[in-house]
Amino acid sequence: MEKIQKLEAVASQVRRDLLRMIHAKNSGHPGGSLGVTDLIVSLYFEIMDHDPKFDMNGNNQDLFFLSNGHTSAAWYSTLARAGYFPVEELGTFRALDSRLQGHPTTAEHLPGIRIASGSLGQGLSVACGAALAKKLNKDSKFVYCLMGDGEIEEGQVWEAAMFAQARKIDNLIAFVDFNGQQIDGSVKEVLNLSKIREKWEAFNWNVLECDGNNMQELINTINMAKDLSGKEKPVMIIMKTEMGKGVDFMMGSHKWHGVAPNDEQLKLALSQLEETLGDY
Amino acid sequence: MSKYTYTEKKDTRSGFGAGLFEAGKKNENIVALCADLTGSLKMNDFEKAFPERFFQAGIAEANMTGTAAGLTIGGKIPFAGTFAGFATGRVYDQIRQSVAYSNKNVKICASHAGLTLGEDGATHQILEDLGLMKMLPNMTVICPCDYNQTKAATMAIAEFEGPVYLRFGRPAVPNFTDPDQKFEIGKAQQLYEGSDVTILATGHMVWKAIEACELLLAKGIKADLFNIHTIKPFDAKTVLSSVKKTRALVCAEEHMLNGGLTDIAVQTTALNFPVPAEAVAVFDTFGESGTPDQLMEKYGLTTENIVNAAEKVIKRKL
Repeated sequence: MEKIQKLEAVASQVRRDLLRMIHAKNSGHPGGSLGVTDLIVSLYFEIMDHDPKFDMNGNNQDLFFLSNGHTSAAWYSTLARAGYFPVEELGTFRALDSRLQGHPTTAEHLPGIRIASGSLGQGLSVACGAALAKKLNKDSKFVYCLMGDGEIEEGQVWEAAMFAQARKIDNLIAFVDFNGQQIDGSVKEVLNLSKIREKWEAFNWNVLECDGNNMQELINTINMAKDLSGKEKPVMIIMKTEMGKGVDFMMGSHKWHGVAPNDEQLKLALSQLEETLGDY
Repeated sequence: MSKYTYTEKKDTRSGFGAGLFEAGKKNENIVALCADLTGSLKMNDFEKAFPERFFQAGIAEANMTGTAAGLTIGGKIPFAGTFAGFATGRVYDQIRQSVAYSNKNVKICASHAGLTLGEDGATHQILEDLGLMKMLPNMTVICPCDYNQTKAATMAIAEFEGPVYLRFGRPAVPNFTDPDQKFEIGKAQQLYEGSDVTILATGHMVWKAIEACELLLAKGIKADLFNIHTIKPFDAKTVLSSVKKTRALVCAEEHMLNGGLTDIAVQTTALNFPVPAEAVAVFDTFGESGTPDQLMEKYGLTTENIVNAAEKVIKRKL
């Protein structure tokens, strides 16, 4: 229980960080970032075997790929809080000459980033390649990949879904952040995905579901996914989240996808999130 | 008697296949992917010898490109092969973000480029690929001229760190370069020396340019001929030094005028040392069905076209 409380404390700080980062530049994507915070924190602070002394190949380490790169603020804060780079650098998010570009990139050599993402639908293919490299290297660690639910409207995702099972990539655990929202409205209205679980099952993946904003449930589900691995099938975790999670007036709407809070809204939002590790 | 001779005609794609196999023997980190065209790309020898390092990607080029980028994370050197049209235009954004911008050590291997693909027609005859690839920062773009050179280039890019686009083709063409050559990325290869006109040729047009040089010599015209096997980085130093001597330029390529060899060569001379130039290239049109020879003739990519271009540009000298 204490472990869960510690993780929740990190998540609270990450949410504060990302809101302050987005507010400072009056640009960024708070809604999705708040929604995926619990997953990214659980991976870096509990699940993954990883080394903040970053090297690109990451041999004998678990790897994480953020395919929906617009939620970069949550990832940057988590990486900084996990020791990849100084937390003060979070203040440079989206600034000229920063390593913390609007969307993640290797071009500025920020520790923790292994591929550029932002143009959607590409991360699962990259994760497949990294997982195959691990197999060739006899490296038994895992590859994790997070996608948005709107993102899986991209055709490349389904090419990768086919490829992963055909090539028996069973050291791969992927997540769909199922918050039901995208830029133009709800996913149902914009391009109804219909039966998500059945789609991944039909593509011959093992599929699990969980509440992506419940730390205990996330950890239990990822551990179940690890148990399912190594059996010639990739694993998909469909993770139900709330866009804007943690800030009452941002929750449940697509309107906070790409809008920064103003001074007053930031103040109100921060009043709902405990400062646990000290603001940057 | 021509300065250059050959004993057989061979396809450049077979040079790629042979080079890939050799590179694979030398370095176990080399892996290959193919989008359901293993036989056409001549990747069978690699597949047979190293089945665990060969990944059939199916007809899903976007995923193949992303997977190749991912394989570099872990130290692999992926060679991803398909037809040039599908290797570039179809997956431009995947190459842009996951390969070029991310600066991944992926080798994009593109066969059946240009009109000489022949009867399949314009859907498969990409003439824009060099331009698409050379516009991308971090990308090296290579277009070798015959079997031996394609084999050497394939082995050279295996040892070069960074994203590469390697273009080759379908038809059998004269195999005249040294089988033991060392391929120097970015270095123009001089084939004839002369001071009347500079001719730059790439890919399948190099042999035609050699034939053109012989015909020009018979007319008393001495050309400075270079095989531009590396489109990017472009060997500006060599080309500028040649045009300063000849003051006239001809470019020959099996590619659209926009974006290809002429584009970079004329940009380089215009910015540094302007000289009159003529192009033997495809002018803003798609191809069509036909035999390779019929198509090269109809679209103006023959030996005679190079000779005419050289004579014309010499008359235009300032």
